[in-house]
Amino acid sequence: MQDTAPRDASGVLAVEIWRGGTDGGFARYEVPRRANQTVLDVVTHVQRQIDPTLAYRFACRVGMCGSCAMTVNGRPRWTCRTHVSKVAADGRLAVAPLANLPVVRDLVVDMAPFFDKWARAEGRFIPPQEPQSDFAVVKPASAKRRAADAGIECIGCAVCYAACDIVGWLPDYLGPAALNRAWTLVNDVRDAGRDRRLAAVAGDAGCHACHSQQGCVSHCPKQLNPTESIAGLKRATAWASLRGKL
Amino acid sequence: MSGPGFAHRNPVRAQPGYLGFLIHRVSGLALALFLPVHFWALGLALDGEARFDAFLAWTQNPVLKLVETVLVILLAVHLAGGLRVLAIEFLPWHRRQKAAVAISAGFGVAMGLIFLLNA
Repeated sequence: MQDTAPRDASGVLAVEIWRGGTDGGFARYEVPRRANQTVLDVVTHVQRQIDPTLAYRFACRVGMCGSCAMTVNGRPRWTCRTHVSKVAADGRLAVAPLANLPVVRDLVVDMAPFFDKWARAEGRFIPPQEPQSDFAVVKPASAKRRAADAGIECIGCAVCYAACDIVGWLPDYLGPAALNRAWTLVNDVRDAGRDRRLAAVAGDAGCHACHSQQGCVSHCPKQLNPTESIAGLKRATAWASLRGKL
Repeated sequence: MSGPGFAHRNPVRAQPGYLGFLIHRVSGLALALFLPVHFWALGLALDGEARFDAFLAWTQNPVLKLVETVLVILLAVHLAGGLRVLAIEFLPWHRRQKAAVAISAGFGVAMGLIFLLNA
């Protein structure tokens, strides 16, 4: 497909990149415009050719690792799979660190609060205490398997977390990614931690804090639906509460 | 939201789910503010029939009818918005989220117009 991004006559893209910590500001750079250029390509050019002190994070460059998410023109995005032509239609490109996470420096945020919440949401597989005599048979077409499948491709990029108003308003809120992870495990028939996981996500900062604004859904680069997962947790915790298990 | 990611503006909120949330929240707050006035008005009946009837007669003026229409819209929008949220939380997911926001807002306006026609 032909790259039809607007560019000036010299084929140079003017880009603003956040420098410093939370109190920092945007610095302006000029980067050669190339066909099929991604936002990560632009940031990499600045770091390799213009200012080696620029801090940013990436690893796989192919949308698998979830480490290169940044705020691009105000929206959280995975930069390795975001073409400049898609987001800089008006010729403007501003790249900043993800919102709702502490800024370490430049484009790097501290992901610790994000992953700590996965742990708080019991986002790990909890095996049964007693040894299993045989493999668990999970039919691909079963409702639980399909519900787990719908949320399992999360790459942990924190784009949904940065797009969530509730995280901004209620810093303890577990957030869309951790709750989505919890929902996939609630649907894992092999898992033995259902009750304690539901208890972990049922608190004030858990699934019931979600207002279903669906910013996570519209921004997830993997087209996952954390709001649907959170709604599932709301139902599961409601039933568990009625049965006296919470 | 906070942080340098939102130093310019906040396009993250430019989506129907946020609008639906905003309408629901603002209508709820407005209704909560109205509630004490509602109870005060009902409480007038405790002071005798005449005073309450005089108050009801006063509410028949056109300005009050318009205010009442806004109240009806707020109530209808809040009811429909609440049903929309319950549908998200207790029914299987549906893809027409934008339509759900539009229908709940449209329901509110329609109720207001029906009220005005009968006023």
